[in-house]
Amino acid sequence: MKPGESQAAVVRILYFARLREALGRAEEELVLPEGVRDVGSLLAFLRERGGAWADELASGRAVRAAVNQDMSDATAAIRAGDEVAFFPPVTGG
Amino acid sequence: MAVRVQTADFDAGAEIARLRAGDARIGAVASFIGVVRDVNDGDAVSELTLEHYPGMTEKALEKIVAEARSRWDIYDALVIHRVGTLKPTDQIVLVITTSAHRGEAFKACEFLMDYLKTGAPFWKREQTPGGSRWVDARESDDAAARRWS
Repeated sequence: MKPGESQAAVVRILYFARLREALGRAEEELVLPEGVRDVGSLLAFLRERGGAWADELASGRAVRAAVNQDMSDATAAIRAGDEVAFFPPVTGG
Repeated sequence: MAVRVQTADFDAGAEIARLRAGDARIGAVASFIGVVRDVNDGDAVSELTLEHYPGMTEKALEKIVAEARSRWDIYDALVIHRVGTLKPTDQIVLVITTSAHRGEAFKACEFLMDYLKTGAPFWKREQTPGGSRWVDARESDDAAARRWS
């Protein structure tokens, strides 16, 4: 991108495991909506889609997040170009 | 390379030999191998499929290894974690640590496993007679990881 060229505030969102199945998608690109600045507000925005989004991402559900491939909590900032991932608690090992 | 994520099986003996080859400072080698069981939560398990987050998985494991190195006096560490479909008795994960004395090697090895269980993005799906299901995270794993903080 050249200097001065305009860039929409797009983030890439990935979904894994149970969430990927329940939401019916592995990833999407989203133009950051007004007011979405961190993981918590992004989750709130996605919940507004209703249906499985509201159920799976409900505040009582165990949903973990990563921003740019680092485990993050609800207060972690989200900026244009970030890769955000949502997934259930991990079960490796 | 301290961290590997792969579908292929591993040979723990060969990995240990490679990790300590020619290093006469090493007086202790600790290793852990995680294996697929044929039962979970009271149901027979015929198959286990491991999903992960390519890119983040390696990064998270590297971070956990770096943390172990900063906490204990170990010379080297290796983590191999398999992904894809596995059967009961198959090996899933290998952790090896080398040190001058056993205490540091044992502790670092256990720490690596506890942190991997709660901090590395892997998810298990198991095949049972009732169908296929995602494995739920265990509170005991969170408790095990908390012991080190």
